[in-house]
Amino acid sequence: MGMPISHIMASGMTGIRAAGDLVARMEFSKNMRIGEAKEYVAKKLGVGTMDLSDEHVMRELREELDIGVITSVPGAAKGIAAKMNIEKLLDIEINCCDTFRKQIQ
Amino acid sequence: MAKEYTLRMGDGKRIFLTKERILEEIEAGTADAADLGAIAALSGDQMDKLAEILMMPGKTVSVEQGMEVPVTHDIGTLRLDGDQGNSGVGIPSSRLVGCMMHERAFGADTMELGHIDYSFKPVKPVVANECQAMEVCQQNMIVPMFYGAMPNMGLYYTPDGPFENPGDLMKAFKIQEAWDSMEHAAEHLTRDTVWVMQKLMACGTDGVNFDTIGAAGDGDFYGTLNAIEALRKTYPNMYIEAGMAGECVLGMHGELKYDGKTLAGLWPHEQAPLVEKAGANVFGPVCNTNTSKTSAWNLARSVTFMKAAVEAANIPCHVDMGMGVGGIPMLETPPIDAVTRASKAMVEIAGVDGI
Repeated sequence: MGMPISHIMASGMTGIRAAGDLVARMEFSKNMRIGEAKEYVAKKLGVGTMDLSDEHVMRELREELDIGVITSVPGAAKGIAAKMNIEKLLDIEINCCDTFRKQIQ
Repeated sequence: MAKEYTLRMGDGKRIFLTKERILEEIEAGTADAADLGAIAALSGDQMDKLAEILMMPGKTVSVEQGMEVPVTHDIGTLRLDGDQGNSGVGIPSSRLVGCMMHERAFGADTMELGHIDYSFKPVKPVVANECQAMEVCQQNMIVPMFYGAMPNMGLYYTPDGPFENPGDLMKAFKIQEAWDSMEHAAEHLTRDTVWVMQKLMACGTDGVNFDTIGAAGDGDFYGTLNAIEALRKTYPNMYIEAGMAGECVLGMHGELKYDGKTLAGLWPHEQAPLVEKAGANVFGPVCNTNTSKTSAWNLARSVTFMKAAVEAANIPCHVDMGMGVGGIPMLETPPIDAVTRASKAMVEIAGVDGI
């Protein structure tokens, strides 16, 4: 475990603690390089690129946007519900959300 | 007496080197990569920066604020629940628990589900089980969630698979038969991989992480590139990450080509355009660690190869930085001082888009 956690602490964006999942989604869904992906996500969130790794900024913002946080917040979107909000926020499609929508038609 | 700094050997052993010796090691490491790959060596400023990172006094170091990158994961949850005497720590836990721990406790930027064998071929008989696990994970997870496995073309040869072992055939001077065996294995690898991922895409996976491509040589790379191409045609929005096994594609076959390019002997900066052409979103270049060399030599060599790959690619590059690659010591418990220095150097000098 020392290896992955060491990388996360040294270089990572810390996932849903901040905005690492959102930047990763833009790299994977639109082939964006790191600079472009950060600029895109920052613009969509209305923050600066430095804020994307800032837990203090992102904690409140993620709750406000209802895109999932690491702790339990009663009534807040979790799992696929949070990812559906991420789809709208980033203007992308997420496969499991599509699958879910097809299942409830 | 000249001041000495604490570094590591490629096997993780602690060593002490002076600044002059560190710079010599860096120069030799970058020269080795430049010579092998016919690429640019690190500049004087870049070598000084690498030396500065290696000589930082803290046990752990990190990138400058604002330079953070997504850290993607391989091996699924096996580092938690796996217990085969390798990097898994044998904690009895479900794969869903493992995924959620990575997302909510460890701060992972992406996560993946993987089979205990972590190869595509053995997934076939249990694919329904993998689909169920993927559905449950997708219902609970928020970060991008992949299915990860190794192409592992070696499993298609006797005694594990249907085709005669090309190594045995070559020893008997049956060269054509060996080539045929590798080509058949590559076809099956493509077919199996696509079949497994079709099932998982229907169950909501974000995509696939091909781990250690080319471990069985150029046939392995060939079969995987064809699988990536087929998957991209079927699923335009699928996330595809293509991570390599080593810095050089071994020419086990020697004649296989993709997009008119001979695969044998390709270095990371030459692999990147082919992976991109096949349709991957993210390329995972690799440079293996030499256990008999210092971390300064290994890291300089690795950063040189990765920098060239990042420059050659139009898609993001997430350098592979597990045990024994990317300047990380070849050890199940890689020292954190060495891991964090390698991590920082890859982001700040090689300019990778992720790890």
